[in-house]
Amino acid sequence: MAREVISTGNELSSMAAIDAGARFFSGYPITPSSEVMHVASDLMPKVGGKFIQMEDEIAGICAAIGASASGVKSYTATSGPGISLKAEQIGLAFIAEIPLVIVNVMRGGPSTGLPTRVSQADIGQAQYPTHGDYASITLCAGSLSECYTETVRGFNLAEKYMTPVFVLLDETIGHMHGKAILPDLEEIEASIVNREVFEGDPADYKPYDVPMNKPAVLNPMFQGYKYHVTGLHHGAEGFPTEDAEQCEFNIERLVGKINTIHLENGGLDDLPDYEEVDLDDAEVCIIAYGSIALGAYEAVKKLRSEGIKAGLLRPIMLWPSPVKKLEEIGERFKDKILVTELNMGQYSKEVERVIKRNDFTTLLKANGRPIAPAEMVAKVKEMM
Amino acid sequence: MAFNYDKYLRVNKMPTLWCWGCGDGVILKATIRAIEKMGWDMNDVCVVSGIGCSGRFSSYIDCNTVHTTHGRTVAYATGIKLANPDKHVIVVAGDGDGLAIGGNHTIHGCRRNIDLNFILINNFIYGLTNSQTSPTTPQGMWSVTMKQGNIDPTFNASGLAMGAGASFVARESMIDPKKLEKILVKAFSHKGFSFVEVLSNCHINLGRKNKMANAMENLAWIDSITVPVRKFDALSEEEKAQKLPTGVLRQVEQPEYCDLYDRVIEAAQGKGAKITRADFDNKI
Repeated sequence: MAREVISTGNELSSMAAIDAGARFFSGYPITPSSEVMHVASDLMPKVGGKFIQMEDEIAGICAAIGASASGVKSYTATSGPGISLKAEQIGLAFIAEIPLVIVNVMRGGPSTGLPTRVSQADIGQAQYPTHGDYASITLCAGSLSECYTETVRGFNLAEKYMTPVFVLLDETIGHMHGKAILPDLEEIEASIVNREVFEGDPADYKPYDVPMNKPAVLNPMFQGYKYHVTGLHHGAEGFPTEDAEQCEFNIERLVGKINTIHLENGGLDDLPDYEEVDLDDAEVCIIAYGSIALGAYEAVKKLRSEGIKAGLLRPIMLWPSPVKKLEEIGERFKDKILVTELNMGQYSKEVERVIKRNDFTTLLKANGRPIAPAEMVAKVKEMM
Repeated sequence: MAFNYDKYLRVNKMPTLWCWGCGDGVILKATIRAIEKMGWDMNDVCVVSGIGCSGRFSSYIDCNTVHTTHGRTVAYATGIKLANPDKHVIVVAGDGDGLAIGGNHTIHGCRRNIDLNFILINNFIYGLTNSQTSPTTPQGMWSVTMKQGNIDPTFNASGLAMGAGASFVARESMIDPKKLEKILVKAFSHKGFSFVEVLSNCHINLGRKNKMANAMENLAWIDSITVPVRKFDALSEEEKAQKLPTGVLRQVEQPEYCDLYDRVIEAAQGKGAKITRADFDNKI
């Protein structure tokens, strides 16, 4: 039995975290994400988990990484300026392979930018939030229901691949208040992924002794498996090394455990990386994600009512991107593709990279205002 | 019988990366002896360190160890402790780590009174990165970034911790390891945030241009600027300005953060009363 709730995207994201097994939240207030934190502060003590408001954005993620490293599923929430401040710590989570969900409710930037207005300009930041080489997993909610389901998925991917995962909401969807259809709680519980643990003799335990493209196996602390976690390059036992071969292996494995596996398996889990709407007989394809896709649904309907066979590709997992699907779209629709997003073309560049052409059309906006269906309709008409 | 340090060390990680004569090794040994005095099982201990020479502390001690980023030790440790309140979390940081880049986390850790054991190793200089001015480099001393003599005013680290509300504050040098061990046992026994400033030598990077290029000269200087707190109190204001008091400087009982959060849990679950101003004697 599905559940129906009336709530906001931000609140649903935090409810999902609790249902996914998170028992620790730390963060720092920031518009437009604070409600994620408010719900965490309400719900965590009720389920015996821990909530703490830290002294700054940096501490907000440090405490969450610390708690997660100790074995407790953890998350934090912020907006673009907060991610900028957390960047160095996200790097530690990447290299030390500590699972974590980072909810970013996107607002206009750069800098303080447009704190209360919508944007999708942090998707590039989510791909490369910190210095060095690694691969990011980034999910982007396109509906209230997805604020819930993609957050649950974020925790499962974080635990499965031992990595920080971004769950991107935007100001519109984060603050949207309405009905959401959520999967039954038993269904969620049955889907929960917990990080692998080593159960052999502690003397044989080497947390980072894993083959290429496999994640580290980090046991919870305080259970007899004493080991070392560091942000330095490290060998199989977790201790610092500068050995060239080992460092090369580390980086190839960090990138490969996400990107190579995604390509080889056609995804990182069994859930859809994108949604297709009316693409079967379409002659023009709109590509949109997050709250902008809500307008794109309307645009597709309007165009079809006027005899233009439009369809929509809505990426859900932004990074790694759905390469095969984008290639297919590029092949099939040629220049009849409209990428529309609330930034200066951050996803458009990915489409261009994948289809190796730039003859498609873009409809971009970076002034804190959404893109109306009518604007998309007009743009498509220009293309036809 | 000789004390068996090997039981507590990752012997296969020896020798340490620390310079010959560095105080960090003495502090490591005193910490281990204090842990033994406490009777703690090393499976229940977590040592969190940051960046700098002190950052390597966590590599050598055989427990759950986390080598974090520059300055963020207390913040990481706060997460570990709050998620595991019955475990023992020791934080090790240097003067640059804990007072400059990580100053905000240090003062808020003190304020929050979470039960962390913070060992701040103060060697008055950035050692690992070769002699830059730190927040505790005395004015007038040479540093690589102040070759004409340092003009930057200093932090009194223990004073800062007291001002920020730490419920246990002590200062000791590593010159007398037995004394240091005793102070650490007191700190580890204290419920709440304990801040122990350990004065240590860096004859390599502080000493080399400040006329104390060998360890003994550096230690003699530390000895000359310290005085036990009971004697310090009897000094004139002028004399006080040239000395750092050692020993336990402050120890008060204050509600500990994890304990208070347990009350939040009880209240949220309807098993206990909400927390009110009266619980804190209406203090402002």
